[in-house]
Amino acid sequence: MDIAFIVAALIAVAATVRVITCYNIMHALLYLVVSLLAVAVVLYTYGAPFMAVLEIIIYAGAIMVLIIFFVMMLNLGLETAEHEKAWLRPRIWIVPGIFCVVLLGELLYLILQNKQPSAGIQVVPPKQVGMALFGPYLIAVELTGILLMAGIVGAYHLGRQHKKTVHRFLENNLNT
Amino acid sequence: MNLHPTTAGLLLAGILFVLGLISVLIRRNIIFMLLSVEIMLNAAGLAFVVAASHWGQADGQVMFMFILAMAAAEVSVGLALILQLYHQLRTLDSDEASRMNG
Repeated sequence: MDIAFIVAALIAVAATVRVITCYNIMHALLYLVVSLLAVAVVLYTYGAPFMAVLEIIIYAGAIMVLIIFFVMMLNLGLETAEHEKAWLRPRIWIVPGIFCVVLLGELLYLILQNKQPSAGIQVVPPKQVGMALFGPYLIAVELTGILLMAGIVGAYHLGRQHKKTVHRFLENNLNT
Repeated sequence: MNLHPTTAGLLLAGILFVLGLISVLIRRNIIFMLLSVEIMLNAAGLAFVVAASHWGQADGQVMFMFILAMAAAEVSVGLALILQLYHQLRTLDSDEASRMNG
């Protein structure tokens, strides 16, 4: 385990903790971008450079910018942060937190218990990924295209403003 | 601390996933819940890539690309849903939308 992985993992965990404890949503979004970048470094250390680039371009670039523009459009400010502070009382989150810590301990025990033979990290080149993507996974690629199309249509349908039910002719009559 | 690289990567993915799960459970602002789902998806993708590097196969990275595409579609639909909710209820509290007025 090299030092790059350790540092990136520590940054990722610390930034994610800050995301889930932040009251202000813009600060949380910036910490989330930091966390995604740290995860991209981790992906690079695991021999997947193309996936690291995709992580930065799509996650930290496209998706986060979309959410940041959305938050700016809603114009949420200080009062929302105060609401969030009032909502986030310890008696609300202490029990789910304990449950999650127990789940995490179980997961750590299961992973640490199973001793694997030392095999190291194998680099998977992007060429192999592309061959797999357009070979055995071709139908899944097409289904992903259909999913993106459904996402576009669904976002357009849901994001539409509420239409007036009054006809234009009747509206003109009402005005005059 | 001398962990196997696969073990270390899976530990990191597990920690990130549980952090996202905690955030979904304790938060009531619906945008924060969407962000937490993003964190959990990202952790799952990290686990796939770690498994791909362990076996030397490309299947894990292919799954990571599918997770990326799914996250993009999910964010667009989720943001549209949040916009509708905000226009109707004038708040981002997810408890306000706990009843269905069917």
